Amino acid sequence: MKSSDQKPNQGDSRRDFLKKSSVITAIALTPGVAVKAAENNADERFAELFEKIPLNLTVNNKAYKTSVEPRVTLLDYLREELHLTGTKKGCDHGQCGACTVHVDGQRVNSCLSLAVMNEGKKITTIEGLANGDTLHPMQAAFIKHDGFQCGYCTPGQIMSAVACVREGHTNSRAEISEYMSGNICRCGAYPNIVDAIVEVKEGGATV
Amino acid sequence: MINFQYLRTTTAKSAIALLGKDKNAKFLAGGTNLIDLMKRGVSAPEKLIDINHVPLKQIEQVGTKIHIGALASNTAVADSALIKEKLPLLSWALQAGASAQLRNVATVGGNMMQRTRCGYFYDTEMPCNKRQPGTGCGAMEGFNRMHAIFGTSAQCIAVHPSDMCVALIALDAEVVLANSKGEHKILFKDFHRLPGDMPQLDNNLKADEMIIRLEIPTNNLAKNYHYLKVRDRASYAFALVSVAAALEINNNKITDVRLAMGGVAHKPWRLTASESFLKGKEATQYNFEQAAQLAMKDAKGFGGNDFKLKLAPNTIIEALNLAKSKA
Repeated sequence: MKSSDQKPNQGDSRRDFLKKSSVITAIALTPGVAVKAAENNADERFAELFEKIPLNLTVNNKAYKTSVEPRVTLLDYLREELHLTGTKKGCDHGQCGACTVHVDGQRVNSCLSLAVMNEGKKITTIEGLANGDTLHPMQAAFIKHDGFQCGYCTPGQIMSAVACVREGHTNSRAEISEYMSGNICRCGAYPNIVDAIVEVKEGGATV
Repeated sequence: MINFQYLRTTTAKSAIALLGKDKNAKFLAGGTNLIDLMKRGVSAPEKLIDINHVPLKQIEQVGTKIHIGALASNTAVADSALIKEKLPLLSWALQAGASAQLRNVATVGGNMMQRTRCGYFYDTEMPCNKRQPGTGCGAMEGFNRMHAIFGTSAQCIAVHPSDMCVALIALDAEVVLANSKGEHKILFKDFHRLPGDMPQLDNNLKADEMIIRLEIPTNNLAKNYHYLKVRDRASYAFALVSVAAALEINNNKITDVRLAMGGVAHKPWRLTASESFLKGKEATQYNFEQAAQLAMKDAKGFGGNDFKLKLAPNTIIEALNLAKSKA
């Protein structure tokens, strides 16, 4: 089925505009299908809305060249497309921190970032921390100090903890708690998580 | 999330041109509020214009003003040596907001553009004049613990949740905006608005305009200042009440003073009457109490938030004392 059979003129002019505009990059122009969006009383949305956009990024030192719908979050992209399921979906609204990953070295909530916003970036997930079979010092410290119970928040906690040490926000237990406040643990492992971070910081290992 | 068209641009000029072509388009910067609203079905733009690659991330001193680009991240501003030295109140306020993860991507412009909101705005099953004009306000007689005590209307009692904006209004910031015809400047205090009869509008930014940068005059308020945020948990929660306080004290007299509150109105709330009262007076507990009382003149509670009528003046007094005693 060709989308051009179904597309109204308005869509064509939009497309022409896109083709001509030199400052817009990376817009895929492959045909899609006209779809009536049933959700949320939306009007009809047309084929181009559902086109996949090319996406190049590096995850855990491996380059990926794929394409993705604009609405896919970085979190869903990592889990559903790349099958890196270590990064967890908790609240999916930036309130719990379970989805924390590093983007160009900075910790972010991957649930509140569109995958397409991360074109060309370097992503590190929990799967990328260990060196082969050797655990990252923060992973080892979480195990030693019982920094988790159910474990669901742990990948996000560890990614956030590594960033916290790198940022230098580890001068006191209070400062660590403040800078780890974007990661919620329903089991209440907080004191042990802080213990783990203190040990890694005092150990002086390169994280 | 309903799908949308995604565009990416690298210049402010092209971003403004793209915005002008489609009234259902929105700029996408950090996305921490917008993407969340889109997931909830509260916002459904047809087109997102990703402006993250527009070079507006500068933090610099130009003459007697500090310029901060609209796309500087909240972390970059809070951690900037220049800001810590010249405008420490702003750095403190930023660090009191959100979480480290959110601050890393949230931008200055995005922080200003985050929606004034409450739980009813987010819940698409409930009436909300801000989300859907004319449907009523669920909060007025509902759960309104977090809500406004100043500048409310019969239509809306939501608050603007930003900490950064409370510091900016206290610091007499200006905002440089641009449209297709060029740049112009407005006062930060005129950027956000009260709900009135149009609660769907949080600010006065026009549909064809883009925030370019902030300009903040340098001052003598970098010694005696404090940002005091009172909230339900120690960190990562919106303010029940917050106060930005800064004093310039010479020979025991207050020669300059800035006071603003967050968590109490549809916009960051500057306490001009209190400032006028304090100017020229001594920095005493008595005068701080008088100033706090003046600030509460037109305050009005809605039941669940009545406690703010007492919490707000107490927070003002405490913030002034902490600012005064800062070594």
